[in-house]
Formats: sequence, structure tokens, C-alpha cells
Amino acid sequence: MKKYSDLEFLALSKGKKFLYKLASFFASIPRGVANLFLAIGRFFKKLGIGIGKEFAEIVTTFTRGDWKTKLSYPVMGFGSIARGQVLRGLLFLLFEAVFFVYMFVPIGSKTGAQWLSLLPTLGKVGPHMEYNAVLDTHYPVYGDNSFKILLYGVLTLFFIVAFIYTWRLNVKQNKISEDILRSGKKLKSSGDDLRSLVDEQFYKTLLALPLLGIVVFTVMPIVFMILVAFTNYDGAHNGYSNSLFTWVGMENFKTMFSWDVGGVNYAATFGEVLSWTLIWAFFATFTNYFLGIFVAMMINKKGNHLKKMWRTILILTIAIPQFISLLYVSRMFSINGLVNGALQSLHLTTAPIDFWGTPKLARIMVIIINIWIGIPYLMLIATGILMNIPADLYESSRIDGANPWQQFTKITLPYMLFITGPYLLTSFTGNMNNFNVIYLLTGGGPTNPAASGTAGTVGYTDLLITWLFKITTGSETKYYLASVVGILVFVVVAIISLIVYSLLPSVKNEEDFQ
Amino acid sequence: MNERVEKRSMGLKASRALSNTIIYILLIIMSVIWLIPFVCIVLQSFRVESTWQVGYVIPQQWGFDNYIKLWETNFPKWYLNTFIIALVVAVVQTIIVLCMSYTLSRFRFKMRAGLMRFMLILGMFPGMLAMIILYRVLDDLGMTGNNSLPGLILVYVASSGMGYYVSKGFFDTIPKSLDEAARVDGATRAQVLNKIILPLAKPIVIYTILTAFMGPWGDFVFARYVSQLKPLGMNVAVGLQSWLATDTMTFNNYTLFCAGGVIVALPVAILFMCLQRYYVEGVTGGAVKG
Repeated sequence: MKKYSDLEFLALSKGKKFLYKLASFFASIPRGVANLFLAIGRFFKKLGIGIGKEFAEIVTTFTRGDWKTKLSYPVMGFGSIARGQVLRGLLFLLFEAVFFVYMFVPIGSKTGAQWLSLLPTLGKVGPHMEYNAVLDTHYPVYGDNSFKILLYGVLTLFFIVAFIYTWRLNVKQNKISEDILRSGKKLKSSGDDLRSLVDEQFYKTLLALPLLGIVVFTVMPIVFMILVAFTNYDGAHNGYSNSLFTWVGMENFKTMFSWDVGGVNYAATFGEVLSWTLIWAFFATFTNYFLGIFVAMMINKKGNHLKKMWRTILILTIAIPQFISLLYVSRMFSINGLVNGALQSLHLTTAPIDFWGTPKLARIMVIIINIWIGIPYLMLIATGILMNIPADLYESSRIDGANPWQQFTKITLPYMLFITGPYLLTSFTGNMNNFNVIYLLTGGGPTNPAASGTAGTVGYTDLLITWLFKITTGSETKYYLASVVGILVFVVVAIISLIVYSLLPSVKNEEDFQ
Repeated sequence: MNERVEKRSMGLKASRALSNTIIYILLIIMSVIWLIPFVCIVLQSFRVESTWQVGYVIPQQWGFDNYIKLWETNFPKWYLNTFIIALVVAVVQTIIVLCMSYTLSRFRFKMRAGLMRFMLILGMFPGMLAMIILYRVLDDLGMTGNNSLPGLILVYVASSGMGYYVSKGFFDTIPKSLDEAARVDGATRAQVLNKIILPLAKPIVIYTILTAFMGPWGDFVFARYVSQLKPLGMNVAVGLQSWLATDTMTFNNYTLFCAGGVIVALPVAILFMCLQRYYVEGVTGGAVKG
């Protein structure tokens, strides 16, 4: 590939610039991969050095420290309490107490340590029948619960990491306090600590609740579900009442990418669903984008006196909860719906058109109806941006003899694209995961006969996300496959984001705004 | 000379008038397309002669039968569920989002950049994935099925810190010098937030409350998971969908769905229309600043 200097690059035409960037992006992939591995190497080297340093500091703090510091090693927070920072010390101590109680005192059925010890096998004793000699009957006995073992095992791991971090903090605290006292200054009192939580350290107070929610309700479930992809957890192995589930390694990924698993072709189904997901996301994003700009320009044109009315009519689709309009429109286009009724009474068609039963037509229809849903949003966004384009740009271009089309392609569109670049990306990935529009309109249908036998009833308009939903709610709930699909969605979204970010004209510096 | 200018401007005027006419026609066609479904749903909700789907719009017999029948179904319960959820979510989610966005906009702490990158990556996982396990956990706590109300609130609220982008963008536009001036005068960070930033951030606060309130009315996935289609635990979206899904078998829920849809849409749409100024501000600002 020919390399251009900066000056040569600037002289290229728009299209060539883009192609050049695209080409140089793909040309840079090998180097990027190499760099990635180097970075991973550097990361581990740094990590090793870091851990070594930490250990060295832990040891020197211990040997050089006084008895208060030394006692803090087993009894967290002791040094802080002894030096008068009661609040800090008590918090450390409390955390330690909670940790050890969780680890070694059985709350519910098992201790934290026991959950952890079962994690490698996900349970040994499954449900089985036992014989009761007195009644002469067999009755079911339930053993381990794989689901809970995995859940509490992960929780325990999180807890252990948190404990190590807090313990290290406790050691560091002692060293800092000693240094301060040695230099003859005073330590902060508990009151000072509390006061700083609404002042310098106000961010800790503000972030505590939101981050707790994110860790418990997003991070942990995602870690859990990633792990599920490596197990055989499904409706028939629910981990407790019918059968335990266990680790199966990469088996599920192999299934997803193989052409023949007991006569079922998962790879083809996945390819089909993925390609439709990408096609859908592309059309859903760009049809809305350009038509939205077009509508915004029409509404905001000089001499249009009913601006407010047009806008209000369009905004109505945003105001009314989407599920109502989607479900209703989906019914309008059904075989005995309003549209077919109207077409027939106007004698335009003789037989009803099966909008949702024909693969190609169904796909076109969801894109068209999505335009109906999406234009109002884009109209609002585009209106806001169009107002910000300096009017003298249009004025001077008109004097230079530019026609409206040239004004649009040379001024409006570049400006819009430049500003809404990041928005386009999020809207593309958002559309890839646009569950509501697809599921409420078609339910993923019409069913794809080629995909029969795979988990869930895969249809022609199914996106990866609706497929995932169907896998987990259908008659056979193959959670492990759902989580494989979820991981693949992540991979696809991450790759697209990476490509687009490297092609975007400018990465905005957030400090510029302030 | 004068005449020529006049002629040109006449031509300009004529072409402008022509283009305006075309635009008016296009906009009228669009408005009709955009309004038709809503007009139809209202008209069909008043249909008395039949309760299933038909190919005509205007009822042969008008009446409030469907609205009265709604009271005998589980619809009032669904409505109440959704309303309570929306109210609680509007309050709690707004607090969480504002905490998060204000912090990320104003404080420069050690983990800040890492935290934001981490949340960006976290956001690339489909949220539905987490739902599978959350359902089992909520089920153990007895917050699913018919008692799905607390479970749903927890699910909506818990991860709302991830949606901080729009309001962070707004906070970024409030000059930092305001904070600094107040700090010099001896205000703590908490006082700066309460007394200076929040009053200035009224539009984004209203935007956040509005979107948080409207979210639960339209949510389908999570409500479907947590309620497991149990009659008393559904929200309006899942409930009305279940009517339509069974309509092809029983043929008696279609007009009921229309009436329910109107009842749901009316207050939400009115609220939205009243506050649309703030919504527009939030959407445009959010898109521009990413």
C-alpha cells in the first residue's frame, strides 16, 4: 500500500481519504495485534514488578513499624484505633470480622470456604432416590445446588479480592500514619474523616451507591454468565432438582461453530442471524439518520410557518410508549388487519398480503416501520445541530453559486457527520440490540426451517438478542448457549466500536468543554 | 436594471413558493402516516359490535364497553404495578444518575478514567444476559411471579449508574469557575452541589426524571422475565402483549387491547408533551456531546 505524507493526504478527495483510512486501518491490524501482545507482555511485567514492590513494602513496614503497626497485620485497624483514628480503625476491624464470619461460619447451608471448595466441580452429590425402610418407599433427596455453588463461589472470589485489597490498605494506612507522626504533625481525627466525605472526598460518598448497584447487578451477573458459557447449565441440568451441571470447557463454543452437531447446523444459523443483525443495524441506523436530517431540514426551512405543529405530530410517536405503537402497527399489517382490509376494499389486491409470513417482506417491513419509529428522534437531534451551523456558511456559498444540493453535501452533511460520529456508533450498536422493535413487531418470525433443531425457534427477522431471549424462555432453556450468544454479541459490538473509533475524524478531548 | 432585479426576485419567489408547496404536501402526507395508527387505535377502542380484529376502522356501533370491561380484568392491577414502579424508579434512578454524572464531570480522582472505560466495556454486554441469573436470585428472594414489584424496581434501579452520559455532558457545560468561586468562599463540595449546581441543572434533572419515569411503561423484556407471565405480577407492556398473543386463539382481546393502550398512552403522552422542551434539550445535547 502506498503511504501518503500529511500534505499529500490533505490533497486527496473525500472518498479517497476515507478509502485510504480504511486501507491503513486494515494494514495496521497485524501491527496492532503485535502491539497488543507486547502490551500484554508489558502489563504482566509491570504487574510482576508491582507485586514485588508491594511485598517489599509490606515487609519493610512490618520490620520498621512499631508494635501498633505489627499488631495491625493480624488485627486490621488496630494501629488506627491505637493512634486515635477510631472510626477508620473500627471500619477496618468490622470488615475483617464480616469477612471471617462469611468464610468460616455457616450461614444458611455452607460457609464461604465450602462454596469455594466446591467451585471446581460445581457439586458432587446430585438429586437421587433414597430408600426408607419404615415406609418401604423411595423418596427423593436433594444434594448440592450447582447454581448456588457457582453464584456463591464467584461472590466468595470477589470477597477475597476485596479483603486482600482492604488488608493492603490497612497496612498502607499504618505506614502513612507513622510517617506523619514521625514528622511531628497531627493525624486527622474521625470528625475530620467524616467531614472530608462531604468535601474533598465527596466523590466517594456520591459513587458508593451507584457503584454498589453496578457491581452487584451488572458486573457479578456478567461474570457469572460468562462462566455459564463453559458449563452445561440448561433446563434439564438446573443444578438442583433434576440434575447438577458441571464444567464442560470450550464445548459450547465448539457447538456454536460446528456444521454438524447431531444433524443440527449451529454455525449456519449463527451466521444467518449475525448477518441479518448487521444488515438490520446498518439500514435501521442510516435510513433513520438521513431521512431524519431530511425531515428536519424540511420542517426548519425558511417560510415554513407551521414548524411547531409538524414537530408535535412527529413527537407523538416518542410520547406514546413504544410497545403500544409497535404491537398495534404489527397488527395493522397482519393478514386480517387494517392495511389488508383497506387494500382489498379499494380493490388494489385480491388476496391479503402476508406481510409477516414472507421472509423478505417481513425484513423490509421491520426496517420501514423502524423508520416510522426512529425519524422523530433524529428529527429532534438534527434540528438542534442544524441550528448551530453558522448561517454565513450558507450565505457565502450561495453567493458563490452553490445550489441547495451542493450546500447539503458540502456543508450540512459533513458538519452533521462530524458532530454525530459517536452518536452514529452508539445508535448502530443500539440497533444491533434493538429487542423491542423486532420482538414486538414480528416475534422474530417467520420461522426459518433451515434453523430447526437449534435452540429457540429461529426466524428470519431474529436478531442475536432476540435469539438469546428465545433460547432462555423457550421450551428447552439452554442457558449455556444463551450465554455463548451473549458473549459473541459483546465481541461483535467491541470489534465494530474499535474499527469505528479508529476511523472517526476526531477523538474529542473532554476537557475542551469546560 | 431595476426591472431585472425585480424579475429575478420574482423568479426566486416563485421557485421558493413551489418548493414550499412541495414541502407542505410532503409534510402533510407524513403527518397522516404518523397519525393514522393512533387515530385507528382510538377509533377501534370504541367498537362494540365485535371484539376481534377486523379490516375496517370506523365502528358500526360506538360505546364505552371496552373501557368498562377493562375493569373486570387484571388491567387495573397491571396499571397500578407500572405506575408504582415508574414513580419509585423516577426518584431513585434520578438520584443515582445525578450522583454518578456529577462526580464524573467534576472530580478528578485516580480511578476515574479507568472507571469510565470499564463502564463503556460493560455496556457492550447485552443487559439481557444478566437477567437470566438475576431472575434466579430474585426468585430465591420471592420477588418474582405475582410479587414481581420489588424485584422489577431493583432491576431497573440497580444498574442505572451506567446511563450517566447525557447528564454528564450537561454538567460539563456548567463552568467550573462557579464551583471554584464558591469553594474559595468556604463552601464544601456537598454545598456546591446542592446550592449552585443543582439549581442550574434543572433542565437535565427534569429530563432524567422524565426518561426514568417513562422507561418502566415501555419495558417489555425485564418485566417479562421477572413476572413470568403471572397474572398479578405483570406490567402494562407484558400484560397487553399477552392479550394480543392469545387473541388469535380466543378472538376477544383485540378491542380490549386498544382500550388499554389508549388508557396507558394518554397520561404518559400528556406528561411528555408538557415537558417536551426538556426532553428535546436532553436528547440534542446528549447526541452532540456523545
